[in-house]
Amino acid sequence: MELEAAKMIGAGLAAIALAGAGVGIGIIFGNYLSGAMRNPSAAQKQFPNLLLGFALAEATGLFGLVIALIILFAF
Amino acid sequence: MATNPMHQFIVHRIGPEIKLGNIDLSFTNSSLFMLISAISICAFLFLGTKEKKLIPGKLQLLSELFYNFIAKMISDTAGSKAKPYFPFIFSLFMFVLFCNMIGMLPYSFTVTSHIIVTLLLAIFIFIAVTVIGFMKHGFGYLKLFVPSGVPALLLPLITVIEIISYLSRPVSLSVRLFANMMAGHTMLKVFGGFVISLGLLGGWLPLGFSVALTGLEILVAFLQAYVFAILTCIYLNDALNLHH
Repeated sequence: MELEAAKMIGAGLAAIALAGAGVGIGIIFGNYLSGAMRNPSAAQKQFPNLLLGFALAEATGLFGLVIALIILFAF
Repeated sequence: MATNPMHQFIVHRIGPEIKLGNIDLSFTNSSLFMLISAISICAFLFLGTKEKKLIPGKLQLLSELFYNFIAKMISDTAGSKAKPYFPFIFSLFMFVLFCNMIGMLPYSFTVTSHIIVTLLLAIFIFIAVTVIGFMKHGFGYLKLFVPSGVPALLLPLITVIEIISYLSRPVSLSVRLFANMMAGHTMLKVFGGFVISLGLLGGWLPLGFSVALTGLEILVAFLQAYVFAILTCIYLNDALNLHH
């Protein structure tokens, strides 16, 4: 296989990591909503934790994207 | 073919070349935007607190809001012992926030989208937290790696995992911020390219996406500054209040 083609395939494979980030963000927001529906008075207090969890979950997927970009541009 | 979405991250020299031995110390667009954000933070806080009125104006309200936000975050996550570190965490948060936000302006440069900038900040935090931990607890700080209440059989494994997770802190802290900013700006550029290439008929859909994504990116710019600051607080908490 040519190197250029292998690089493209590798970068595409590395971007699959973003699927995990999508699942994680969905779980975080879904659980926050169901928790907030059960006990609305506690919802406001946990909002910073929601944002923290969102940012942490999103970042893990972006690590995969960084790998993809490294494959594409750094080699 | 649209222009390269990576073009926006190129660092180029402004003004004359300054060299110190092999090190290039020239003034670049990156340093220009760092300077702009530092000056705007100073101007914002200086103007905001110039007249200390009982009933605050808009600017004073905003600067007090930032102050209270960070003060509350530090006392919530790291306790009262972390109070002396408030100036450091506040300047860290403001610097990252302003760099991210100024990067959202069209034709500007995002300083935090370069891993060297964020890695330097993260390594500085990592070394500072380690030094603080050893200063406060002496060699007792190493107890951080040996959690209590773990079965003796698992302890060697857990200790190794704890050490690895401790050493990977600067990497995860810096790559998180850098990847978020770079991915966001690349995405905006790619959608901008779609608007041009689809033309007057089909370009409206990506244009709408672009507007929505800009909103998301402003949220992310704030969130990442917040996460950067709160993780620094959490690390500081480990170093100050050792009860693992």
